[in-house]
Amino acid sequence: MSKKKTTDKRPPGRHLQKTLTGIAGLDEITGGGLPTGRPTLICGGAGCGKTLLSTEFIVRGATLFDEPGVFMAFEESAEELAINVASLGFDLEQLQKERKIKIDHVHIERSEIEETGAYDLEGLFIRLGYAIDSIGAKRVVLDTIENLFGGLSNVGILRAELRRLFHWLKEKGVTAIITAESGEGKLTRQGLEEYVSDCVIMLDHRVIDQVSTRRLRIVKYRGSVHGTNEYPFLIDEEGLSVLPITSLNLEKVVTTERVSTGIPALDKMMGGKGFYQGGSILVSGTAGTGKTSIAAYFANQTCSDGNKCIYFAFEESPRQIVRNMRSIGLDLETHMKNGLLQFHASRPTLHGLEMHLVSIYKLIKQFKPQAIILDPITNLVTVGAMADVKAMLIRLVDFLQNEQITVMFTALTLNSTVSEQTDEGVSSLVDTWLLVRDIESNGERNRGLYVIKSRGMKHSNQVREFIISDDGLDLVDVYLGPEGVLTGSAREAQQIEERTGVALQDYAIDAKDREINRRRKVLESKILSLQTEFESTEEELNKIYTQEELKKQVVERSRQEMLRLRRGDSADDKMKEKNEQR
Amino acid sequence: MSRDKKWELRLYIAGRTEKSVAALSNLKRYCEEHLKGQYRIEVIDLMLKPQLAEGDQILAVPTLVRKVPEPIRKIIGDLSDQEKVLVGLNIIPA
Repeated sequence: MSKKKTTDKRPPGRHLQKTLTGIAGLDEITGGGLPTGRPTLICGGAGCGKTLLSTEFIVRGATLFDEPGVFMAFEESAEELAINVASLGFDLEQLQKERKIKIDHVHIERSEIEETGAYDLEGLFIRLGYAIDSIGAKRVVLDTIENLFGGLSNVGILRAELRRLFHWLKEKGVTAIITAESGEGKLTRQGLEEYVSDCVIMLDHRVIDQVSTRRLRIVKYRGSVHGTNEYPFLIDEEGLSVLPITSLNLEKVVTTERVSTGIPALDKMMGGKGFYQGGSILVSGTAGTGKTSIAAYFANQTCSDGNKCIYFAFEESPRQIVRNMRSIGLDLETHMKNGLLQFHASRPTLHGLEMHLVSIYKLIKQFKPQAIILDPITNLVTVGAMADVKAMLIRLVDFLQNEQITVMFTALTLNSTVSEQTDEGVSSLVDTWLLVRDIESNGERNRGLYVIKSRGMKHSNQVREFIISDDGLDLVDVYLGPEGVLTGSAREAQQIEERTGVALQDYAIDAKDREINRRRKVLESKILSLQTEFESTEEELNKIYTQEELKKQVVERSRQEMLRLRRGDSADDKMKEKNEQR
Repeated sequence: MSRDKKWELRLYIAGRTEKSVAALSNLKRYCEEHLKGQYRIEVIDLMLKPQLAEGDQILAVPTLVRKVPEPIRKIIGDLSDQEKVLVGLNIIPA
């Protein structure tokens, strides 16, 4: 039993141990951090963030993972370093007092140093060893050790000693970062990658079209799988964050939950319920068609439902939007005060696309909204090629769908023909596409709203006139007149005309009714007179008949009388006579 | 050499290695020759007192530091080149 157990168990240490850096995103792309107990080389040009990354490694280690660290600075003094990273909220002095970190500034002044004969760098080893032992450090940073080459001239000794140093670091079992400037065509100027071969991370700071983007790439990571792409990273007031969103698998959670658009008539167009939660909506249209208004309504609805929303504005300032929306009866300020609505306005040219993506990503992670709005995405084209914008948006949509966040993009289209426009190609990516279009006729411009597509729901194929008034947004059925679609004043005119028509018709019907009434009355009176006539004729006839009858009776009576008189018989005879007569 | 000059020299070593022994004997020889009675040599073994390495910015051993007279000068190596050491310490003009 026990034998089997031991064979099943893998010997400890066979797996590469990793040390979490605590730097947002870096641990994800390295699959758990830097190799424990081994040196990692971080190289890159001047100002690419090497010192910052390594400082954060030390600080996070001390604060998050309770791993003290030694920072050996060959460039900056401890004070300079403390000042430089104070803006990121790192209090190096306090950490030093708490003996969580130790900063040792190694200063080499070539002008005051003479070299005669053989020497070694045992002094450096002793210093480092002493620093490590004094606080029980688990992490070490050497930033930038290549500066030694500037201070000492015997390259042969230096190289041999550095090789020994890295070996010594491994023996010490500390997780180390060694930074180096990248050289011409080489990872580092002095070829340090020869000595540090476990993990090499390259930082890059590129300027394309006057917009700079920082990128990070893992050149190699012995014994570990790792992402090989260039990942954009961001340095902001909270330190460094790397963006690991590049996965494009299509295995997303979906929901059938619906969220209202904020415009009841639009909800009705979308099967009566609105958008899908976690869906993506594109609102495109030409200039001044009310895209921002639709977006603001959606934001307002989201907040009114008690959910959070971030509004990324690339065109207008938050105050501008709040003011403008007040004019159509939207009060966004209350939501802002309640902490449900956040505005983030930045010029697209502030930084590169990737940076925008990183900052959006970060804000979403912090604020955890249910919906976000990007207004407008077309402005991003100013900082990147169309293909780049699309790639960025794909990644964003991907991320948002995973997080089940509804996103609404607005896009400015330059031509009004639907077939020609591509909307940065995102139309194929989004679930719902609303198009607001100008409809020009009779010397005026009106807005027409179409639901071009809406995946997975019944939606109206009708064009609706989109009306922006003091009371807000509304959608009205357009009129299909003999001359085509009627909007705006033409629609009003049509409505008036129809109202007039109804009145006229009503009047006409009245007149006919009266005519019929009159006729009926005439006929009725005719019927009455005829009846009277009939009665008088009948009476006449009856009179004649009665007269005849009376006459007959009188004649009979007189004949009987005469008969009695003639015979003078008894009553029986009279009867007999009567029978004979019959 | 002016009499009021007092030379304070500090030699940093890391254990009794070949290089440190050579450096110390070289240094003593030069001082006896040029600074007799005017110098003081302090030998610091960093193996024993590692905390002292930071103060004088010691990286390499052996390192000779001239504390007085100012400015501070540093000479690293086993001090085998007599002229370089003397010039470096400003004992003889360059």
